[in-house]
Amino acid sequence: MIVDLPSTTTSAVNRKLVDLRDKGGAVALGRVLTLVIVTDDGAQAEESIEAANAASREHPCRVLVLARGAKRAAARLDAQIRVGGDAGASEVLVLRIYGPLAGEGASVVVPLLLPDAPVVAWWPGDAPKVPATDPIGRLAQRRITDAGTRGAPARVLDVRRDSYVAGDTDLAWTRLTTWRGLLAAALDQPPHEDVEAATVTGAVDSPSTDLLAGWLRSRLGVPVRRDRSGPGGGMSAVVLSRRSGPIELSRPDGKIGTLSQPGQPDRRVALQRRKVRDCLAEELRRLDADETYEAALAGLAEVEVRAGKAGARRSGTRR
Amino acid sequence: MTDPAWTNPLRDPRDRRLPRIAGPCGLVIFGVTGDLSRKKLMPAVYDLANRGLLPPGFALTGFARRDWADQDFSEVVSEAVREHARTPFRQEVWDQLAEGCRFVPGSFDDDAAFDTLAATVADLDRERGTGGNHAFYLSIPPASFPVVSKQLSRSGLATQDTDQWRRVVIEKPFGHDLTSARELNAVLNDVFTEESVFRIDHYLGKETVQNILALRYANQLFDPIWNSHYVDHVQITMAEDIGLGGRAGYYDDIGAARDVIQNHLLQLLALTAMEEPISFSPGALRAEKAKVLSATKLVDPLEETTARGQYIGGWQGGQKVVGLTEEEGFDPESRTETFAAITLAVDTRRWAGVPFYLRTGKRLGRRVTEIAVVFQRAPHLPFDDTMTEELGQNALVIRVQPDEGVTMRFGSKVPGTAMEVRDVTMDFGYGTSFTEASPEAYERLLLDVLHGEPSLFPGNDEVELAWQILDPVIEHWAAGGMPEPYHAGTWGPESADAMMARSGRVWRRP
Repeated sequence: MIVDLPSTTTSAVNRKLVDLRDKGGAVALGRVLTLVIVTDDGAQAEESIEAANAASREHPCRVLVLARGAKRAAARLDAQIRVGGDAGASEVLVLRIYGPLAGEGASVVVPLLLPDAPVVAWWPGDAPKVPATDPIGRLAQRRITDAGTRGAPARVLDVRRDSYVAGDTDLAWTRLTTWRGLLAAALDQPPHEDVEAATVTGAVDSPSTDLLAGWLRSRLGVPVRRDRSGPGGGMSAVVLSRRSGPIELSRPDGKIGTLSQPGQPDRRVALQRRKVRDCLAEELRRLDADETYEAALAGLAEVEVRAGKAGARRSGTRR
Repeated sequence: MTDPAWTNPLRDPRDRRLPRIAGPCGLVIFGVTGDLSRKKLMPAVYDLANRGLLPPGFALTGFARRDWADQDFSEVVSEAVREHARTPFRQEVWDQLAEGCRFVPGSFDDDAAFDTLAATVADLDRERGTGGNHAFYLSIPPASFPVVSKQLSRSGLATQDTDQWRRVVIEKPFGHDLTSARELNAVLNDVFTEESVFRIDHYLGKETVQNILALRYANQLFDPIWNSHYVDHVQITMAEDIGLGGRAGYYDDIGAARDVIQNHLLQLLALTAMEEPISFSPGALRAEKAKVLSATKLVDPLEETTARGQYIGGWQGGQKVVGLTEEEGFDPESRTETFAAITLAVDTRRWAGVPFYLRTGKRLGRRVTEIAVVFQRAPHLPFDDTMTEELGQNALVIRVQPDEGVTMRFGSKVPGTAMEVRDVTMDFGYGTSFTEASPEAYERLLLDVLHGEPSLFPGNDEVELAWQILDPVIEHWAAGGMPEPYHAGTWGPESADAMMARSGRVWRRP
């Protein structure tokens, strides 16, 4: 069901929610978190709501979508309540804010947060430079950004590192989880040798590749090189060199991964790029600080970066 | 298997995102054409693959008396997956899984078939890199366990060396009394070490059952009242609305007590009544369960503290259904009980004097499994009788299935000018707070087998202790003639209500 409340206030929205609950049974009492999506009004808002609806199958939550409309307009709040089939397993409140109000989103969010439950903020597009000091970021225990949506991801990650506060996380990091799991599982198996060096190859515009290199550097403490291939296509290969030979996990076509190890047959595994909804579901599973992500960001500074095959060497100078 | 001095530098306890992907391995399913395999096992394997939790190069081998080639088998798996898997079908995941599907035709007494199986498994190690690690899932009648485990041993499939593992997974029933359970354990332990035997009780794979531990030990709210000072009694119910048509071969002579109480209900009792384990390591958890089971006894006289019944025809849920003796394949004189209720006492300081009532049955009012902890009445009520006339006992109900969650029942004032107190309920539902998409029990348990993680599998001693508890009542019933008839669609025979009424209690309507 979709209920439109044009030109309204948050108390009217709250009243309507209680009213809907009385008529339609308990809608929101058991929710365990509030997800605030901060976006610009338009196609992106709808895409993000869809991802949140899908993720809500795993984590039923109250979703507040803060869609910032034209700034040059009269201050106005248009609200829309979606419950039942239109909202996955959650209830969605779309709050469109215009004019001077567009800069004061937090004031609209505060009255609609669930009591006592954790708050997660997600910026599917442009994120504030320092999420933790943003008015909405300050309300949230966990702040999700996405370095993959912008150009020059390397610079974005530098900003993320400099502004990191416990509770920050990035979907570019979440997209890596399957790769990291496979690499860790590969090292679980004998022979238990030390890794001597590592190389990570991926598109120049793939922040996930950067983060994987940073993670390997922070965990292994050995020289790690990040090779850049042309834009698009994401991450394509990881090589961990050991005395007995390299462990290589490669994904040339973006779908099927191949794991090669010395003395063993090549093993293939489905390794498709993860959808935003899956990443979001994973993010909502953990609400504590992600120290491993912090360490990966820090490790980034010590990764040697090489551009393409013929590219010149540029060592450890990302700042 | 792992060098204890070596730690994987990529693993970090703080990195809780990192999935537990099993090491290189394969799964061999015996009785792959059965219902369980089609509806639960094969879909669970696919769901695990889809969640990225199976190792690259995972192999699935089927063994059955069918004239199939590998392709036919993967066709069968594909059908089962499309129909029953929890997660959406994805071609690229399936393609990888299908590459590792093998089929070996043969019967259990056929030496050649097992030699072929051994060769297939060795081929898989070479082609797919399963690394000599294989789990054998015996989804077959227990009568075939001895011959299959002997064959596994003869063909060298059960032999493991230090770098490789071989594990065997078996389903209930684990014997039909203490003696046969011991025999079964002896047969299996002859071929596999106790650490390599995984007994599946799928109830323990359910999120709600694992949540009993969280509810009790992660909260301050419940533990202080979790004892005989506050608890009046505990009711554990597993009711099914289905009948037994088509299951005569398995169920006749087994009966409800052996089928359900011995495993599921006694495990639920153990988790509800046990003391706090010192850690969540498999050993500590199993030790506490074994302790509480060894303190658990039937209450005498059995004539008055137990009840059994057999359903007769009637109307259930709008359908006309037949009684057990008219079901296809059952002996018209069958004395098999389809309803069983027993009273247990747990002789510990915590539970002295608190009866645990266990009941299970087929063709009951509806399908439900729950644990109800019913509290004593408040020792003093400053209200007069008319005010609290409609107030019952407080209760905390753990709903295991369906509609997983926890319900609390307590008194509340009825709005109005008079003081009147009536029962209300407060509800926590897994579906509304967490997830509609929680993993199936079999996914969790299969993954635990591949990891060699035994916490959620009942140990040898627990199985034997459960039989020790149950054997006297089965003997008592065997000597006692026919079970009492009850109409399909009701909540069991009258003797079950009478058994509660003797101590002034009633069954909760779940």
